[in-house]
Amino acid sequence: MTKAIKWSYLLNLVGVAAVFAILSALFAFNGFGDSTTYVEGVCTTACYTIIMVASLNLVVGFMGEFSLGHAGFVSVGAYVSAITSSALAGKGLSDLALLLVAVLAGGIAAGIAGVLVGIPALRLRGDYLAIVTMAFAEIIRVVFCNLEITGGGRTMSGILRLSSFGRTFWIMVVCVTVMFLFVRSRFGRTVQAIREDYIAAEAAGINVTFYKVLTFAVSSFFAGIGGGVYAHYMTAMIPTNFDFNYSAELLSEVIIGGTGSLTGSIIGAAFLSALPELMRQFSKYRMLAYSVVLVLVMLFRPGGIFGRWEFSLTRLLHKLTRRKENAATADPTDGPAAPLAQKGE
Amino acid sequence: MTFSLFFQSLINGLNLGAIYALIALGYTMVYGIIRMINFAHGDFIMIGAYTLFYTIPMMVSAGMPAWLAVVVAVVVCGMVGILVETFAYRPVRKAGPMSALITALAMSIFLQNLAMVLFGSRPHNVSTIFSLPSVSVAGVTVSLNVVLTIAIGLVIMLGLQLFVKKTPLGKAMRAVPQDRDASTLMGINVNRIITVTFAIGSALAAVAALMYCTTYPRVTNDMGTTMGMKAFIAAVLGGIGVIPGAMLGGVLIGLIEVFVRLFAPGWYEAVTYGTLIVILLVKPSGILGRSTGEKV
Repeated sequence: MTKAIKWSYLLNLVGVAAVFAILSALFAFNGFGDSTTYVEGVCTTACYTIIMVASLNLVVGFMGEFSLGHAGFVSVGAYVSAITSSALAGKGLSDLALLLVAVLAGGIAAGIAGVLVGIPALRLRGDYLAIVTMAFAEIIRVVFCNLEITGGGRTMSGILRLSSFGRTFWIMVVCVTVMFLFVRSRFGRTVQAIREDYIAAEAAGINVTFYKVLTFAVSSFFAGIGGGVYAHYMTAMIPTNFDFNYSAELLSEVIIGGTGSLTGSIIGAAFLSALPELMRQFSKYRMLAYSVVLVLVMLFRPGGIFGRWEFSLTRLLHKLTRRKENAATADPTDGPAAPLAQKGE
Repeated sequence: MTFSLFFQSLINGLNLGAIYALIALGYTMVYGIIRMINFAHGDFIMIGAYTLFYTIPMMVSAGMPAWLAVVVAVVVCGMVGILVETFAYRPVRKAGPMSALITALAMSIFLQNLAMVLFGSRPHNVSTIFSLPSVSVAGVTVSLNVVLTIAIGLVIMLGLQLFVKKTPLGKAMRAVPQDRDASTLMGINVNRIITVTFAIGSALAAVAALMYCTTYPRVTNDMGTTMGMKAFIAAVLGGIGVIPGAMLGGVLIGLIEVFVRLFAPGWYEAVTYGTLIVILLVKPSGILGRSTGEKV
């Protein structure tokens, strides 16, 4: 690991910690007056939505295949983690440990489901794969509707409320970091090679099926973690929450944020899940506005708002400091020259 | 299982199957010509059903026969289909399959939520158009409504098949997906053909709405999602892009649904989707579909 990479990790950690500190300080000192608890809830919602959307982006953006059944894996994680936490409750685990164990169990279960679905489904591509993932998600929903342990089609309630804002935030940070590392790793580059040209990738000796199933499993694993956090925040859920519309909503957040950009997913998910909550009185028009935005994005920016561009704190700082240097060295009489020179680089 | 129960279920399954088949035809025609899953097709049915809901009482109070409402519904659905195609699908057609799929998904969400804003999320009851008597055949009561539904379905499918195979317009519709550039050179207005296909597909959705409302007289803004999804599965099952495939798939899904519901009421959807997965894995192009090799 070079010094520059270490430095950028440290910098990003500081940035994330600063965001967390500002938000929790605002919540602690009632920064939003009466609606502080409400805003805190919205932020928690945004955090677990980020996990789900970013994980879907692994499949859609980096592998280049459609999944219309992400909600299915979210529901596997949600139900398994809820069952785990209620089974382990009162066994002497602290709240945080209980949440982590439950969420991890949910993630692993969803990951296994991802492998089981992925092995047959990923033989197909494009439209057909999209249909099959949708079909699998529906099957998962029907199974949860019929099992007694998940409430038998009725609301499953009484799940412990373990997901506070702080915990959700840090789980989100860890998940996104791991996903980012996955994308930047040899595995991630291989997967992107498959996206660009799977025949060429296969000819270059890449086991396409293995990498596709692996990505699908990783994506499902994180979807499950998101689901686990969701379950312990909502404390009650019903299988119909995770229907096709939920999958479509997650997919549209990925697309609007930018296919193939994790920071795009973060901004997209946070913005799109928080914005309608903050405008409750217009909630009727929420999905209407979504769909219009989606069509507009498709018309004018088919790759999403961010495209494949990643926001980078180090790059931003680098630019800012360089601009200062430029400004300092440039002749004060020819002001406009400095920005022009910058553009030329 | 007694014979009468079997016979009754067979009739019910065929009834449901005819509805699915008619919706599946709309999917299959659009997919056949531009290789795009028109997710909004299910919502065209919803629009057709709402049109029926509002026009049937108007027709009755104006002293006209109630079935004229169907004509209105066909026109409204056709118009909506053309509008959606022109303003949403045509601009993204060049941008690749991913953009097309997402635009279709967005249009589905849009139409559903527009209906919710306009008509509310409460279900509405559609008054019946025909009230035909029931007849008893071999100890089974068969409603003539059901017979009529199946008959309408059959006639439309046959007519469509003849239209696509025998008329010049149908020939153009088959030519466009084979080679769009060559079709243009042969003097086919590709955009017009695609619009016509959309109009026909959407008009079929209006007829499907009529058939659906005869059997289940209830309209909700999200009725299109489940209906559309199952009909789409029917289209894929039979081989998407193939008209007889849509009929076969529709009837198959209808029968599976009715018969599984007899034995395991909670699981019929899982069996339907499971069948699709098995078929796609064994023969990815569907039962009647022809597989096309991929160019390297």
